[in-house]
Amino acid sequence: MAKKKTPKLHLHIPVPAARPGDTPTFDHIPLSPAGQVLRPKIDTQEEQLRNFPYELIRVLDDAGQAVGPWVPKVSADFLRAGLRSMLKTRVFENRMFAAHRQGKTSFFIKSTGEEAISVAQSMALESDDMCFPTYRFSGWLIARDYPVIDMINQIFSNEKDPLKGRQLPTLYSARDYGFYSLSGNVGSRFGHAVGWAMASAYKNDHRIALGLIGEGTTAEGDFHEALTFASVYKAPVILAVTNNQWAISSFSGIAGAEQATFAAKALAYGIPGLRVDGNDFLAITAATRWAAERARNNLGPTLIEFVTYRASGHSTSDDPTKYRPADEAQHWPLGDPIERLKTHLIFQNEWSEEQHTKMEEELSASIRATQKEGEAVGTLGNSKPSVSEMFEGVFKEPDWRVIEQRREFGI
Amino acid sequence: MATMNMLQAINNALDVKLAEDPDVLVFGEDVGYFGGVFNATKGLQEKHGLTRCFDTPISEGGIIATAIGMGAYGLRPVPEIQFADYILPAFDQLVSEAARLRYRSNGEFWAPLTVRSPYGGGIFGGQTHSQSPEAIFAHITGLKTVIPSNPYDAKGLLIAAIEDDDPVIFLEPKRLYNGPFDGRHEEVVKTWAGHPNADVPAGNYTVPLGKAAIVRPGADVTVIAYGTMVHVAQAGIDDSGVDAELIDLRSIVPLDIDTIVASVRKTGRCVILHEASRFGGFGGELSALIQERCFYHLKSKIERVAGWDTAYPHAFEWDYFPGPARLSEALKRSMEA
Ligand SMILES: Cc1ncc(C[n+]2csc(CCOP(=O)(O)OP(=O)(O)O)c2C)c(N)n1
Repeated sequence: MAKKKTPKLHLHIPVPAARPGDTPTFDHIPLSPAGQVLRPKIDTQEEQLRNFPYELIRVLDDAGQAVGPWVPKVSADFLRAGLRSMLKTRVFENRMFAAHRQGKTSFFIKSTGEEAISVAQSMALESDDMCFPTYRFSGWLIARDYPVIDMINQIFSNEKDPLKGRQLPTLYSARDYGFYSLSGNVGSRFGHAVGWAMASAYKNDHRIALGLIGEGTTAEGDFHEALTFASVYKAPVILAVTNNQWAISSFSGIAGAEQATFAAKALAYGIPGLRVDGNDFLAITAATRWAAERARNNLGPTLIEFVTYRASGHSTSDDPTKYRPADEAQHWPLGDPIERLKTHLIFQNEWSEEQHTKMEEELSASIRATQKEGEAVGTLGNSKPSVSEMFEGVFKEPDWRVIEQRREFGI
Repeated sequence: MATMNMLQAINNALDVKLAEDPDVLVFGEDVGYFGGVFNATKGLQEKHGLTRCFDTPISEGGIIATAIGMGAYGLRPVPEIQFADYILPAFDQLVSEAARLRYRSNGEFWAPLTVRSPYGGGIFGGQTHSQSPEAIFAHITGLKTVIPSNPYDAKGLLIAAIEDDDPVIFLEPKRLYNGPFDGRHEEVVKTWAGHPNADVPAGNYTVPLGKAAIVRPGADVTVIAYGTMVHVAQAGIDDSGVDAELIDLRSIVPLDIDTIVASVRKTGRCVILHEASRFGGFGGELSALIQERCFYHLKSKIERVAGWDTAYPHAFEWDYFPGPARLSEALKRSMEA
């Protein structure tokens, strides 16, 4: 019997490097120095790209210099616009988070520390491309000047809520801004990005799609199914994993990070996998452009892992000090995306502390004013769309059940 | 005996089973160190060890598939699905595998798992944190579906489910976790303290699956409910002034058909209440069963009070939720006919 010859089996359960009370460490996360990773031509064969999932593409070094082959061609105006959108996202989200604490809405979710991904990708892609976002992607909308008042009205579920009170706060939908309808279940739109891209290819169009997923959610079948279809049909799609180290209370090891990087999931599907500094606005811009160019030239999909850190709690329902060291964010080796881009612009003599402070004040004032405008319409519970909206939109044409039930309801 | 809320009772049931049976394992998204997003598994990892209560990848299909494999080996897995809305990625595993394994292997393999999952609305959770999916499980032969309405039952039913050799879907009315919510949402939130069914004995006891409870005896009309709606029904009955008999099904599969039939034959009237949307809801099955077995005793048509046939709408939570007022109107309709 095998029993005698082999050791007793034991069940492995991953545990994170640090829990509350421990000293935080990120030594287990492999980093490459800025500028070190090569930039391959977009038509490079996949077998030549197989080390990329274990490198980290970085452009901004610690001093704020942009270095190496991935430095994207961008103007100072472009970078200032990116900085502004990131800061606007942060100011907006902090205010809405506080509004939840004041009972003005039921739920809110922030992207603090991850703003570079949503903003840089929004700016890197075309206005008619479609993004299939996660709930940590409001920067996409802000970078495209989506009206903040519409987001606030949605968050308050008030009379002017563009989604008519039907959806949980922050689960926006904005087709005209290339922002696909969000839902509360994670992962289930990843394959839609691939299908959208396949449709564009079928129609001989020029549009591409971007799918986002959290590292925790890569465990869902949706992730693997989407990669299979993207690979098989060479779909013009960018599939991106935002690896912010945490999935509510579960560290990335529960999603397989002890065994492989998330970019490395690309290897088995035979598609390029890039691992990118997710707090580096320039690196995100460059990697997204690289993958977009491949997609637009019939070279197929790219998987990108953005290495970042969820600097706040999961949502308004979460207290992260219960499961990770309270000061873990301070030990995150890739810094803060806003600070890093700001340092770079200052280094280039294209920005100053005074300008930054002024911009922050101006954004705070404008978000505050917009919030007031939303509050004047109403916050959750003291203003809502007409209750008839509850019965609309189930089908294109209501069937008898809804018609009868409306009557029973008395409207 | 201790006063417990529903979460504490569930936590206590898991604690009792983990302590007495080394084959019981508890796992799911965020259930380990953190103790679950609702705290249902709080402290269990620390007390029973890393391999007895642990976090899983975010993959409901994977959670249920591995639970079935463990169950086939001989363990008694108790996986948690964070919200019942997120059971759907595991649907194939539940329907084609857990429910069918015993039958198709002629008893060589079986899946003694208990899938715990918070369900139901009333917490402003929007479309994907509010649904009541019990009817889709009731439709699947080979699955049992249990829904407690109070702390005493929650512990006793959960232990019975874990000890059961067949797969059980254990739906926890999350709106009842901290108090007996009766649908009067404008009122101050009640806690379980002082509620007769919040006295929970220590140690192992079971409430058998398939045995309904008569919460309130009555002569004029039978009200059938489960989960949160048991408390809503009580409020609606009080408002209506009708002498209704209230049945808490406790499990919808197995179904205590005898208690239902005896009550409806006595009252001759019946109102069914559930939070799930009406069309294809479990009320339809109940209504058909009662019609088949009590036709000549019925004095009025069977009424169904349920969620509307729409998704659960965030801003219209209380317009959607079938509260006491709608039940009491249905009771009056039932009595007038
Ligand atoms: C299908 C499904 N399962 C579970 C959940 C509950 N849930 C919401 S967010 C979340 C964590 C997601 O983590 P990750 O994918 O890493 O994204 P992050 O929140 O870190 O951005 C979980 C488990 C859900 N919303 N949908």
